[in-house]
Amino acid sequence: MSTTTDVAPYTVVIGLEVHVQLLTQSKLFCACRNRFGDPPNTNVCPVCLGMPGVLPVMNRQAFELALRAAVALNCKIARFTKWDRKNYYYPDLPKNYQISQYDLPFSSDGYLEIPVEGGTKRVGIIRVHLEEDAGKLLHGEGGKRSQVDLNRAGTPLLEIVTRPDMNSPAEARTFLEELRLLLRYLEVSDCNMQEGSLRCDANINLHVHHNGEIIATPIVEVKNMNSFRAVERAMAYEMERQYEEWKRTGARLGEVPKETRGWDENRNITVSQRRKEEASDYRYFPEPDLVPVTVTEEELERVRESIGELPAQRRLRFISGYALPEYDARVIVEQGKKFADYFERVARGLEHAKNASNWMLQDVLRTLNERGWTIEEFPIAAEKLCDLIRRVERREVNTHAAREVFAEMLEGGGDPGEIIERKGLAMVSDEDALRQVVAAVLDKNPKVIEDFKKKKGKKRAQVAGFVRGLVMRETRGKADASLVEKLVNEMIVERAGVGFDS
Amino acid sequence: MALTKEEVEKVALLARLRLSPDELELMTTQLNKIVEYVEQLREVDTTDVEPLAHPLPVTNVFRRDEVRPSLPREEALRNAPDHDDEFFLVPPVLE
Ligand SMILES: [Zn+2]
Repeated sequence: MSTTTDVAPYTVVIGLEVHVQLLTQSKLFCACRNRFGDPPNTNVCPVCLGMPGVLPVMNRQAFELALRAAVALNCKIARFTKWDRKNYYYPDLPKNYQISQYDLPFSSDGYLEIPVEGGTKRVGIIRVHLEEDAGKLLHGEGGKRSQVDLNRAGTPLLEIVTRPDMNSPAEARTFLEELRLLLRYLEVSDCNMQEGSLRCDANINLHVHHNGEIIATPIVEVKNMNSFRAVERAMAYEMERQYEEWKRTGARLGEVPKETRGWDENRNITVSQRRKEEASDYRYFPEPDLVPVTVTEEELERVRESIGELPAQRRLRFISGYALPEYDARVIVEQGKKFADYFERVARGLEHAKNASNWMLQDVLRTLNERGWTIEEFPIAAEKLCDLIRRVERREVNTHAAREVFAEMLEGGGDPGEIIERKGLAMVSDEDALRQVVAAVLDKNPKVIEDFKKKKGKKRAQVAGFVRGLVMRETRGKADASLVEKLVNEMIVERAGVGFDS
Repeated sequence: MALTKEEVEKVALLARLRLSPDELELMTTQLNKIVEYVEQLREVDTTDVEPLAHPLPVTNVFRRDEVRPSLPREEALRNAPDHDDEFFLVPPVLE
């Protein structure tokens, strides 16, 4: 989407700073459990409480996951990396410094390709680094004291900083969706914004096109966005606000100090936040308690191999390998790795993968949504669903009856073949038997033929459709639908003495 | 390159220390002495010397991603100036 139109004579420029929590068992520098939702201050020890005399030791798995993410984001991996102390005072930071990375992050200069209309767009990644998270501060009702929970203090956090490459609120959202999909595929993070395992701040300004000149407006940092939708809406609000502000003040980039604004979810606006004095004075220095980390080419190769297929590649393979429409491929992959794996197990046993896709995107997805299940909780094994759809392909059962079998499998388990047999759902494709059913239906409804004769064109087709419905009802939905269509058409024309087009 | 009183005041603010005028005077004198002492290092020619990331010639010290028991909460909270048996309590923090 371009905002360079008559209505909005500017381009919006958005960069994101994303923090994701890593899916490790233990914290980054100590052996406390890394888990959301435990009772407050039960996953704490002298290291993450910042007691004097303790020493941090790096969690290997955290570094591995970080590497995996950075490699998948096409970053250059530093052969030598170190950690630094970022000094500031806040009650959720017991050591009074955060162990982070400053001048030698472990990775930089990558990109993520995101789907945009008519193709893909590359969003640059400036850097990805590994740091520790802070605790959580709760502001009590009466406002007399604030509560501090340090379960999250010292848990591993990945900071991902993009280039200002997004040019619409929708692109910012798409980037986040694609990043989340990627990190979930990699099993690096569950990226749950409600639980705070993915958090996002944005930098946004405008390039105003004015009298043949392009004028950059001051950059504003937006915080407090708690969902992808909030990011999109905050960006949309902010770009209009900045344009109005520019028209009023004419302020350009560099002429005013950087402003921080918070997204107010209830009022749908951004609000200027009190500027923290001396905010950027973090006095970084190398963390003396951690030794540097080096990465060899062999280790990197091992990481590359462990990554396997990424969502973007999988979408392409679904389109070329299974002949799926782009839409189907996108939606299946979007549902996550396990869902796409399930689809593949079904599709492999079928004549047409599209049949698997239809069932997955309609019947399976609807069931998952209705019951709040993940695909792992879905009770029908992929092999069983494949068996059922294969019977539809082989015309042993029609789609209508197959849905009944599906419902039965959902509730009571069982085998498609056995259910079809027990419930007598096998497709009726005996032409003589069906001819008799159609004849009986027409005998019982003589008005149909009169109607057919009176009507013209499309209306005649509607009459035939009505008859088909009656026949399907007579056969309890088991008849071969295409055979029924053929017989109904033939027999109506025969009795009416006129064709469909006359 | 002596530290000014204003610089010492700023560092004190960053460290969340409130200094009386007398203390500020004293700290400025003392800090300047320390900085002066360290400044001797400037006499060493460091052209073409890579910055040292760590004094130990060791890299890649890791531990396995294994959970070990944390402190009992009662223990964790015990030294805190204030707590409510679940949380540490601090003066109200406004966002
Ligand atoms: Zn700990």
